[in-house]
Parts: sequence; C-alpha cells; structure tokens
Amino acid sequence: MTGLPDFSVTASHVIFLAFLVGIPLYGFAKGVKVYECFVTGAKEGFEVAVMIIPYLVAILVVVGMFRASGAMDIIGSVLPHAFESLGLTPDVIGLALMRPLSGGASLGMFGEIIARYGPDSYQTRLGGVITGSTETTLYVLAVYFGAVSVRRTRYALHAGLLADAAGICASVAVCLYFFR
Amino acid sequence: MLNIVWIGLLVGSVAIAVLTGNVKEVVGSVTDSASSAVKLALGFVGVMALWLGIMKIAEESGLIQRFTRVIAPMMRLLFPKIPENHPALGSMTMNLVANAFGLNNAATPLGIRAMKDLDDLNTKKGTATDEMCMFLAINTSSVQLVPAGAIALLAAGGSADPTAIVLPALVATLFSTLVGIVSAKLLGRSRAFAEQPDGGPGHDGTA
Repeated sequence: MTGLPDFSVTASHVIFLAFLVGIPLYGFAKGVKVYECFVTGAKEGFEVAVMIIPYLVAILVVVGMFRASGAMDIIGSVLPHAFESLGLTPDVIGLALMRPLSGGASLGMFGEIIARYGPDSYQTRLGGVITGSTETTLYVLAVYFGAVSVRRTRYALHAGLLADAAGICASVAVCLYFFR
Repeated sequence: MLNIVWIGLLVGSVAIAVLTGNVKEVVGSVTDSASSAVKLALGFVGVMALWLGIMKIAEESGLIQRFTRVIAPMMRLLFPKIPENHPALGSMTMNLVANAFGLNNAATPLGIRAMKDLDDLNTKKGTATDEMCMFLAINTSSVQLVPAGAIALLAAGGSADPTAIVLPALVATLFSTLVGIVSAKLLGRSRAFAEQPDGGPGHDGTA
C-alpha cells in the first residue's frame, strides 16, 4: 500500500479550504464587504439550477430509456470476443460505451466488473483506468451549456467524444504496459 | 450532433425495448428520469449558491483578475481570442484546478461561472463559441489527477492496492485531454462548424 490515497485526500481538502476560506479572507483584506458580496453572488444559484433543468431532463430521459431498454446486455452479448486478449471483455467495452452517457450507470457497471473478475484483476484495473480517464460527456455538456442557454453546441460533443475515445485507447495501452 | 445522438437514443431505446421485451421498463423509466433530473438540478442549488457567492467575492476583490494575469500566458495558447485581462481566463482556471483535485462540488459551479464569463464574449447567444467548445473539450476529457470514485470502489471491493491505477489513469487522462484540445482546435477551423450558420460575415448565408 502506498501513502497516496491519504495524501490525495489531504491535498483535496487543502485546495477545498484554500478556495472556501482563502478567497473570502483575501476579499476581507482587500476591504470587500464579504458577507454582502457573498449573498449577492449566491442569489444566482437558484436561477442557474432552474436554467439547467430543461437540458438535464432532455439528456437524463433518453439515457434512462437507453439503460432500461436492456441495450447494454445486447451490446455485451454481440460484441466480439476478439479483444479479450487486451482485457477488453464485453462488459469492459460496455463500461467504456456507457461512460460518456451516465456516470452513475458506468460506476455501477464498474462495480459489477470488480465483483465478477476480482478487485485486483486485469479487467478491473483496466475498467478503473477507463473510468478515471474519461468523463460523463453528455451530462457535462447539458449542465454547462444549459447554464448559458446554449442550444447549438457545434463541435463540443465531437471533441468530447473524441477525447473519451482517446482516453479508452490510451487506457488499454497504458494497462498493457503497467499491468502485463 | 447532439440532435442525432438524442433522437438516436430515443428511437433506438424503444426499438431495442421491443426486441428485448423491456417496453414496460422503458416507459416506466421516462417519468422517473424526468423527475430525477429536476431533483438533481434543485439539489445543486445549495453548492451552486455557495460557490457562486465565493466567486463573487473573488471577483470583487480583484482575485480573479490577479489569477488571470498569472495564468494568462498559458491559457492564451488555448484561448487566443479571449482578451488578455478578461475574467473568463481566471474562472476557467479555477474550474480546472477544482477539477484536477476532484472537487466536483466546487468544479461544476466554477465551470458554470466560467461559461457565463465566456458567454459575455459571445456575440451570437444560444450558439456555442470556439472558446466554449474548447473549455468543454478540456472538461469532458477528465482532468482529474486522482480518480477518487474508481479508487473508492476498488477499496470497497477489497483490492490489495486500490491506488495502482493512479499513475496509469493519469497518463491516459493526459492523453485524452491532449486529444480533446487538438480536436477542438481542428474542428474549430472546419467550415462545417462555422460559427454563424445563418449568414454571418464571411459566409454565404445559405442556412
């Protein structure tokens, strides 16, 4: 075991507190009326949350339907087993495909992979690296563009999905190097 | 693209549900997902208010501007069209820092704040700018230094070394971020994604 998890938690906490306490402290030192300023900014919180609702509904409904349709089981069963020597079993490929759509669903699938192959298996580590190097692209797009009412997203999704695909390919290569 | 993905998931799900006999589950999921989207958004209100309040202090005190000046040379490579002292450079940097350290609760409001700053430079509201697409490409490529969620699941699953994935994931995520940046740069130059599809300057106006 390395000391890394403890360190990372501590570093995260330090950064968190640096933001949360450091910014108001800096403002106070600069003569800003911190309390009044805070509530003025915070007022926008509700407005932003309401603004992203239509975008979130649009994305989460179709992703929910896709999950409920059993599509992932079909994809898992028809996928070629040709890539298994790379650790890409059908359920790992399923995880990679689900990742841009839904963070919750892909973490659930990662949990199933851990249960099936064991917590220190090659497939599990590959799944973990894929999870760590990709992002829930559709969700991030819905929230960020929703907040500024952008409907025409141009090439943002293309670039995001290309990055996800690159993350998956890199995960395969990196796991072969580190874990084989 | 989003239109195609959306209609594809919508129609595809129903078609697959008919094949797999999951029609009932699909129908049931619709109401659930719609309500949970609202719950999710409203659940944001607290952290959103907190961080937008903190960011307001950062703005008033001149901290964002200071931050912007320090980080500007690097960010300007990625966002050449943003004016030198624009707060968007500072708020985007804060979002990326929060993301890198896995502070998801803070990263999302900071990112939204950055999107608002970017939207101030947007001459065509409702349409994404090149800068927004670049910012999103970086964000959706995952810039997290330590994949905390996956590590937590590995630890819970009884892994002897849950942090073994940290270095490989870092290498993979750096590569994916690089590809995200390069794709956004290249796609931004493509005529297919010209910023003003209904006839801005320099275009033929056939919308």
